[in-house]
Amino acid sequence: MSNKKSVWTPTYILRSLSAWLVALVIFFPLLFLLVTSFKTELQAIAVPSMWLFEPTLENFTEVQERSDYLHYAWNSVVTSVLSTLLGLAVATPAAYAMAFNPTKHTKDVLMWMLSTKMMPAVGALVPIYILCQNTGLLDTKFSLIIIFTLSNLPIMVWMLYSYFKDIPHEILEAARMDGATVAQEFRHVLLPLSMGGLASTGLLCLVLSWNEAFWSLNLTSANAGTLATLVASYSSPEGLFWAKLSAVSVLAIAPIVVFGWFSQKQLVQGLTFGAVK
Amino acid sequence: MSSQARGNRTTSRLLMSPAVISLLLWMLVPLGMTIYFSLIYYNLMNPFLEGWAGLSNYEFFISNPAFGDAVWNTLLLLGSTVVITVGLGLAIALLINDPFPGRGLVRILLISPFFVMPTVNALLWKHMMMNPIYGFLAQVWTFFGAEPVDWLTDLPLFSVIIMVSWQWLPFACLIFITSLQSMDREQLEAARMDGANFLQQFRYLYVPHLARSISVVIMIEVIFLLSIFAEIYTTTAGGPGTESTNFAFLIFTEALLNFDVGVASAGALFAIILANIVAIFLIRMIGKNLEN
Repeated sequence: MSNKKSVWTPTYILRSLSAWLVALVIFFPLLFLLVTSFKTELQAIAVPSMWLFEPTLENFTEVQERSDYLHYAWNSVVTSVLSTLLGLAVATPAAYAMAFNPTKHTKDVLMWMLSTKMMPAVGALVPIYILCQNTGLLDTKFSLIIIFTLSNLPIMVWMLYSYFKDIPHEILEAARMDGATVAQEFRHVLLPLSMGGLASTGLLCLVLSWNEAFWSLNLTSANAGTLATLVASYSSPEGLFWAKLSAVSVLAIAPIVVFGWFSQKQLVQGLTFGAVK
Repeated sequence: MSSQARGNRTTSRLLMSPAVISLLLWMLVPLGMTIYFSLIYYNLMNPFLEGWAGLSNYEFFISNPAFGDAVWNTLLLLGSTVVITVGLGLAIALLINDPFPGRGLVRILLISPFFVMPTVNALLWKHMMMNPIYGFLAQVWTFFGAEPVDWLTDLPLFSVIIMVSWQWLPFACLIFITSLQSMDREQLEAARMDGANFLQQFRYLYVPHLARSISVVIMIEVIFLLSIFAEIYTTTAGGPGTESTNFAFLIFTEALLNFDVGVASAGALFAIILANIVAIFLIRMIGKNLEN
């Protein structure tokens, strides 16, 4: 990016080294988790920590056998993907209307939406629990999908709104002059221009739903439980079985972390909410 | 023209209605039920006690000594995490702003904790990092000849703050990095030529440029951190005593551990009030930066 002038100055080397050091310190707990998942239980709690040992896959097979990892993983995939799609379908038209036909109340509506997100979920826990119980929706993927969608909706609308707002109105007006209907305008002009925004919003929603713990812990158990509940179930009774705990944790976070690595640029770009031009 | 404008407005309303109506229901139905439950006696362990409770659930919730602690812990958890993540995030972002070998990989390592689910985050820190005997931090402390700290017993709230900050630091940091990329390099060069030291550059060039992203980071963090739950649930369970009980966890204790729906509902209404107070402050403070 910057022009190549004499690079290897002491400050440069020092700065590069400290950047690496910081990154490794922040990443270290995850590395530790990964390494522990390949140890036997005895090696896992050895002091000082072992870094050279013969890796075993025993923990992973045991997690799958004992608690059916794939069942929970499937629940996580279904709930996060479907709630993301549903959320995009509801948030996109709303954000479009707010960005391109703003009224004097648009800002207020947006702030109100965000304020619903600030209310603690626990405040709605008892009513939602009772509603789910009475409608037979307790421990179903359906209720989780709806709840994930609703709780992500304010952020999604806001994100898409800030994205749409940066699209020049003239382009849409030109299309309108040429006699395009709202639907055509949306499909042929807006959609191609806002793929980036839709992608980042979808990515964020996917990550948030995958990692959501409050509702899944309180509303689901064996049937619709997601990976977040599977991990929590390994916490209390087997607190000290570190190797197995690590294996189940690695299995729970690996899909989304790897997915995140590939999409981080896009995701972060969207998360700046138009703060960066 | 005016008929077209009216047509536009109708279309807009139609397009917005699914989002607005569903959020309205999502807010009002639980709120209505919560208000109703908060006014009656409703204890799952004591079904014979029923009827109109007036404001006694509210009294009971406020007079609980844990109430004050929970408010304080909620604000402390929120405030410290925001300060830590914004402060360290800025420092790291400035460190990584200029290119160096392996910058892409460093970015990936840095963002990773943001994708980790709260339950894993909590268990990882509780056991493998903070365990006073086998934990990695204990080993570091012993290595330097210090007495290992029993984190979750002696510093429960601080431990939770560490876990939450570890999760949100990457987020703050990467937003700042992205924002720094769009800075006017020539202006910076000019300032350097004119002999502006780093502090002056920071104060007059970096901070104004980053103001909007700092606002965004604070806003998002407040939205997510006001009701931290999973980290407390899986590690300290609010203890010892009420030392790490925040508002969300206190209501959870009332509802699902004491089975007192009435009192929990009263608590939930206080939580909503608290959230709104924070929201008003927030919008006053940084709302200006969010617009434009």
